[in-house]
Amino acid sequence: MATWLEGLIALVLIIGGVFLLIGSIGLVRLPDLYTRLHGPTKATTLGMAGLLLASSVVSSITQGSISVHEWLITLFLLITAPVSANMIAKTAMHHDLTPWKRTKGQELVDPASRQAPPSDHHSVKDGKLP
Amino acid sequence: MFTVKESRFLPMPFHSLLLFVVWLLLNNTMAFGHILLALFFGWSIPKLVSILKHGHPTIKRPWLTVRYFFMVMKDIITANIEVALMVLGPLKKLQPGFAAIPLDITSDLGVTLLASTISLTPGTVSAEISEDRKWLYVHALHLDNADELIAQVKQRYEIPLKEILGC
Repeated sequence: MATWLEGLIALVLIIGGVFLLIGSIGLVRLPDLYTRLHGPTKATTLGMAGLLLASSVVSSITQGSISVHEWLITLFLLITAPVSANMIAKTAMHHDLTPWKRTKGQELVDPASRQAPPSDHHSVKDGKLP
Repeated sequence: MFTVKESRFLPMPFHSLLLFVVWLLLNNTMAFGHILLALFFGWSIPKLVSILKHGHPTIKRPWLTVRYFFMVMKDIITANIEVALMVLGPLKKLQPGFAAIPLDITSDLGVTLLASTISLTPGTVSAEISEDRKWLYVHALHLDNADELIAQVKQRYEIPLKEILGC
């Protein structure tokens, strides 16, 4: 394998790994469940995409044929990550989990958990109803 | 675009084809046994799940879909970098918040795509939808101005999705 290619793969692996690490740091550092959800849905998808991209390039070269299932795994991650994040957020809202005290718009948790429209939302006052 | 006359043998021909291709790609092979297995899955899985299907999603503007896909990919990368910086930066500056986005889009597929896009992109996770399907509740990691966020989501994602799905 050419040196420049090895270097490129190493770079992609490091970038992917750094994003995964940041996602995990987010899980530890951020104050409440709602903010912690942002780590796994975003940092992790890009991190995984980086690792899988590198894996795809390596196995394409060593096997001599194009390896595509890494791309499929990335696609499946992109499809499933928002769904799981959505289900976790939904569950938290239905259990009336108190958000971090600095969170804006906390009055929306109550109508959201009842799946009702936000009766006292500021956009309504501004007359911007759909 | 994908509305095909319903047949009992192949109730969802497009999905059958998709399953066939995905199975072969996942196994990275063109071996005869795997082709047989892919044919079997492509036939049996749509047949099993076709009772859950209601309505045909239609794609009116296929080319806009490609553009939308690449725009979302670009946004995912920028959103990742933004979220990474916020996670590593001082927590004192962090201002999370909830917002309710009024929805104009009505179809099931449209709402699903919009909610998923919101979860993947600009520092927001979609959390709940109102029963009348008119409001989408989202949580943002950093919310400066709820109206700005609403305008951005509508402009950037909802309008193109509405054009693609033609509703």
